[in-house]
Amino acid sequence: MAEVLVLVDHANGEVRKTTAELLTIARRFGEPSAVFIGDGLDAARETLAKYGAEKVYAFSGDDITGHLVAPQAEVLAAIVQQVSPAAVLIPSNAEGKEIAARLAIKTESGVITDAVDVEAGPDGEVVTTQSVFAGSYTVKARVTKGTPIVAVKPNSAAPEEAPGAAADASVEVTISDAAKAAKIVESKEKQASGRPELTEAAIVVSGGRGTGGDFSKVEEFADSLGAAVGASRAAVDAGWYPHSSQVGQTGKQVSPQLYVACGISGAIQHRAGMQTSKTIVAINKDEEAPIFELVDFGVVGDLFAVLPQATEAVKAAKG
Amino acid sequence: MNIVVCVKYVPDAQSERGFASDNTTDRVNVDGLLSELDEYAVEEALKIVEAGEGEVTVVTVGPDQAADAVKKALQMGADKGVHVSDEAISGSDAPATSLLLAEAIKKLGDVDLVLTGMASTDGTMSVVPAMLAERLGLPQVTFASELTVDGGSVTIRRDGDAASQTITASLPALVSVTDQINEPRYPSFKGIMAAKKKPVETWGLADLGVDASQVGLAAAWTTVDAITKRPPREQGTIITDEGDGGTKLAEFLASRKFI
Repeated sequence: MAEVLVLVDHANGEVRKTTAELLTIARRFGEPSAVFIGDGLDAARETLAKYGAEKVYAFSGDDITGHLVAPQAEVLAAIVQQVSPAAVLIPSNAEGKEIAARLAIKTESGVITDAVDVEAGPDGEVVTTQSVFAGSYTVKARVTKGTPIVAVKPNSAAPEEAPGAAADASVEVTISDAAKAAKIVESKEKQASGRPELTEAAIVVSGGRGTGGDFSKVEEFADSLGAAVGASRAAVDAGWYPHSSQVGQTGKQVSPQLYVACGISGAIQHRAGMQTSKTIVAINKDEEAPIFELVDFGVVGDLFAVLPQATEAVKAAKG
Repeated sequence: MNIVVCVKYVPDAQSERGFASDNTTDRVNVDGLLSELDEYAVEEALKIVEAGEGEVTVVTVGPDQAADAVKKALQMGADKGVHVSDEAISGSDAPATSLLLAEAIKKLGDVDLVLTGMASTDGTMSVVPAMLAERLGLPQVTFASELTVDGGSVTIRRDGDAASQTITASLPALVSVTDQINEPRYPSFKGIMAAKKKPVETWGLADLGVDASQVGLAAAWTTVDAITKRPPREQGTIITDEGDGGTKLAEFLASRKFI
């Protein structure tokens, strides 16, 4: 059976949920092989095995991790050349999409990004689903040249356990000088919020202009639900919340089970980032706000009155 | 300092965007404009040149209407434009677009810095800058929310989810910028008048030494099988808070099993 390469998304060996999703998807096309780049393989191996990785290609060292994306694309290209996998699955985040892009050119292979589903077609081919134009169209596409390279968004599959051997495998790779041209000279870890990651969260509560810069009620409501906190571009541009929390066209595109928009009018820029959420709730003072066109449930009112009451009710219900 | 800014002509996100009969993005029957995210790259190029010296050349690949994107950049202050246009290009995918941009940049020659936006506002793949760096063999320094050019090197801040990184490379280099980097200027009346006299060259495939078999829809490395319009969301329940809005909201969440 052909190998399917999965680029592991992790922080020092702590494997992120998206990797379990990608390994689950990989099994639809062949035997998953995890490609692990960086430190912490010992910590990661158990999770990789649990979700079906038969092989693990591991690489570390400053030649790779001390530089921006290019060396990682060289690593993947070397494995693709050696094992001719059925597909390469990569997390569809900023870094992953760039690695996919470079790998596509190196291997003369088609690349599809932002896939929300990846299925096997009638002949076992890799068929992707994407949500485009701010979620207004659904597109099914295929790679027609080379090895299918697909960047897959979080929550595209429910992770299913299926024990794999996670046996060490190796491929000889020499990183070129050209790939080492962009050096990472400093890396400041961001402080963890203790909340779920925005693009992976089942529930997202976002604040906008209507918060007036006070996100405390938004955060308290989010915490009562175990949700991630997002922000509109207006709130980010005003400096009220970090850019990494921005939901919208130029920020994160999220598709949670539940999205709660607080004091967000719902401009196209924002809708592009949340329109495909399963259930949408909004609280806004302005009953004419376009966000109400999208909602399953909307409250016309002051978020500073509505949210604390809702937070208490959620806490009471949860006991 | 010779700076090339790659820009894209995209359908206006405020208008009704759709597809042509061959499943490619409709770029002809929709109002189009310079991709908003490319304005940040144009602005950054202008700032660098204004602080020192040099020339800003804008390059686009696209149909006749794409000349509007070049014009807007020239009105903002760029010095000259190149419009890569050829009937055979229609339907090109990202690898083909990056090939055309790479060949155009090689033809311009003597380029110190290639600037791009972080993504287009239509395809939103964010892959062309990385592909272009790969094709040109230039250091890829992408998603800059801060950019400093100092002598022969470039340094950026890249704000990722887990960390904020400082990345440096020597020139020539390719840099993509985010919408956090600056506040793009509006063209002034003087800028609009001056743009009319600025040179814009139109290059076809023959000028770039690219064969028609390498570009266009038939040469794409991916294919779209089906497109379906997402049904509009059904109008939900909207209530006005009369002192119990929060309670009713919680009741709704409980009814959908979120609590």
